[in-house]
Amino acid sequence: MPAPWQEVLKKIDDYRWEIPKSYKAGMLVPGLIFASESMLNHIWQDQVFQQVANVAFLPGIVDHSLAMPDIHWGYGFPIGGVAATRVKDGVISPGGVGFDINCGVRLLRTNLTEEEVRPKIEPLVAELYANVPSGLGSEGKIRVSEKELNEVLIKGSRWALEKGFGEAEDIVATEEAGCLKGANPDKISSKAKKRGIPQLGTLGSGNHFLEVEVVDEIYDHDVAKAMGISDVGQVLILIHTGSRGFGHQVCTDYVGLLGEAVKRYGISLPDRQLACAPVNSAEGQDYLQAMACAANYAWTNRQCITHWVRESLVKVLGKSRRELGLEQIYDVCHNIAKIEEYTVDGKKQKLCVHRKGATRAFPAGYPDVPDIYRDIGQPVLIPGDMGRCSYIAVGTETAMKESFGSTCHGAGRVQSRAAARRSLRGADVARALRAKGITVKAGSMSSLAEEASEAYKDVTEVVEVTHKAGISRKVARAIPMGVIKG
Amino acid sequence: MEKEFEVVDHTADVVIKAYGDSLNQAFANAAKALFSLITELDNVDEVVYRDIELIAPDQESLLVQWLNELIYLFDTENIIFKRFDISQLGSTQLKARSYGEKVDSARHKLKTGVKAATYHMLKVDKTNGCQVQVLFDI
Repeated sequence: MPAPWQEVLKKIDDYRWEIPKSYKAGMLVPGLIFASESMLNHIWQDQVFQQVANVAFLPGIVDHSLAMPDIHWGYGFPIGGVAATRVKDGVISPGGVGFDINCGVRLLRTNLTEEEVRPKIEPLVAELYANVPSGLGSEGKIRVSEKELNEVLIKGSRWALEKGFGEAEDIVATEEAGCLKGANPDKISSKAKKRGIPQLGTLGSGNHFLEVEVVDEIYDHDVAKAMGISDVGQVLILIHTGSRGFGHQVCTDYVGLLGEAVKRYGISLPDRQLACAPVNSAEGQDYLQAMACAANYAWTNRQCITHWVRESLVKVLGKSRRELGLEQIYDVCHNIAKIEEYTVDGKKQKLCVHRKGATRAFPAGYPDVPDIYRDIGQPVLIPGDMGRCSYIAVGTETAMKESFGSTCHGAGRVQSRAAARRSLRGADVARALRAKGITVKAGSMSSLAEEASEAYKDVTEVVEVTHKAGISRKVARAIPMGVIKG
Repeated sequence: MEKEFEVVDHTADVVIKAYGDSLNQAFANAAKALFSLITELDNVDEVVYRDIELIAPDQESLLVQWLNELIYLFDTENIIFKRFDISQLGSTQLKARSYGEKVDSARHKLKTGVKAATYHMLKVDKTNGCQVQVLFDI
């Protein structure tokens, strides 16, 4: 019997599948899913097609409503969804960014080898856990006033630098140099500020983590070298977190406000969580200015955490910062909306690119790629689950042509958190990881079960699709050695 | 006792269904479902209360705002609520007093962080008893 999705999808090639406009009345453009055939069975069960189709209703959407191979069922937008809308007459949707605005990943390199770190991994994980506030309800070590918070929102990473948390080189190696322009704290509710103040400099909980990992494969030595990755066995540090309660409240506030705007502008949507307003309307601009604040909060958050990670390594390894070579490779955001220019229908157009669980993937030569990576392309950081591996890739020209300079952002869930909890116990997960040589410290045992490998797609399968489809090119792979979970 | 709420599987997030003879009760049970995701409510005492008054454009929005208000109070004041007395619930307004206590890490094991209540799959149904459905981003 043919798989049910075969009646719906039009195969473009082995890694591209189109959802025709006829799938659902009201779609303004077709959908396009980057996936392998074997992934489609799960994607089908997950009602993701519906969500990809729903996004195609957004006024001003161009080309396709896109889905990356790590796509899974979200709310409003699917997670792993990309949609570009015309700035001149299209909309912006806070749901297309998500609650964790500028959730993202930062990768640090070291001069350390696995042999040097493995004997000290237990104390290193313990020190990182003690030094980086994490877990549900945790408060940061930084105390800011509302006035200082406003500076954080405007300056982003630079604020952290001015306070001594980091180096100028970190900012160069951060998307948007760690500061999205146009941030306006006047567009932030007092509630968001109240949630944001105590949580600055915290990892959070859920799928956020801090990982000590070791390079186990290099696919492109020249490009890896340009990123400071020279050998298999080299130790890297990966940080995954976002804008915490601050971003959640900004999204909550604006989904509510734009839900009303939808009525005023006479927009009809299949899902209220897709609430939106014209990019050029007062409501749309207000959201963009508030979103930029949350993006800058998130970069400051990751910058502060980076500082404590460095402190922890210096302390446990007993070497100086310089000896450790603790430099930032890159920092990407994977929940964001950006105004970018693309050629669509033969015309250069200003577009609002929503990346909801998708990573920017600009190729070599683009002005937005920092000088240090201008010849190789923007680094793309793709974390997997804590038991498998994570990938480092680079952006490509194909991404610019086909996916609005975007690629996947991670593994993507296959199992619900409840199902994972039912089938696995946190203690067993920790034991299984330990058997694989992975030391893990988590705020709660149930979150450990929820985040187990079994609950995720294999990130390797996801990255293979983006690599073979050409929307990003893999450079290296790293496997975890120590993990801190909130 | 009739079932107060149930948690339905969703790949990335959590969907809850809450029931009640009245909508007030269904809204209260939805709030109870929310805090049961965060921690075991058996260990929570009724020590403090907070009053919430809301106006929203429609009843579905009222449900989302009600739950988001409670998430906000948890996030900023660390209060786990376990009992909800909804004294007024119209089509556009809600008035409630919620009872609970501040997180005591010695007694309360926190499980899951909830980012927000969403409008996706949102349902307020009064046809056959009262039933509401909400998807939480976690």
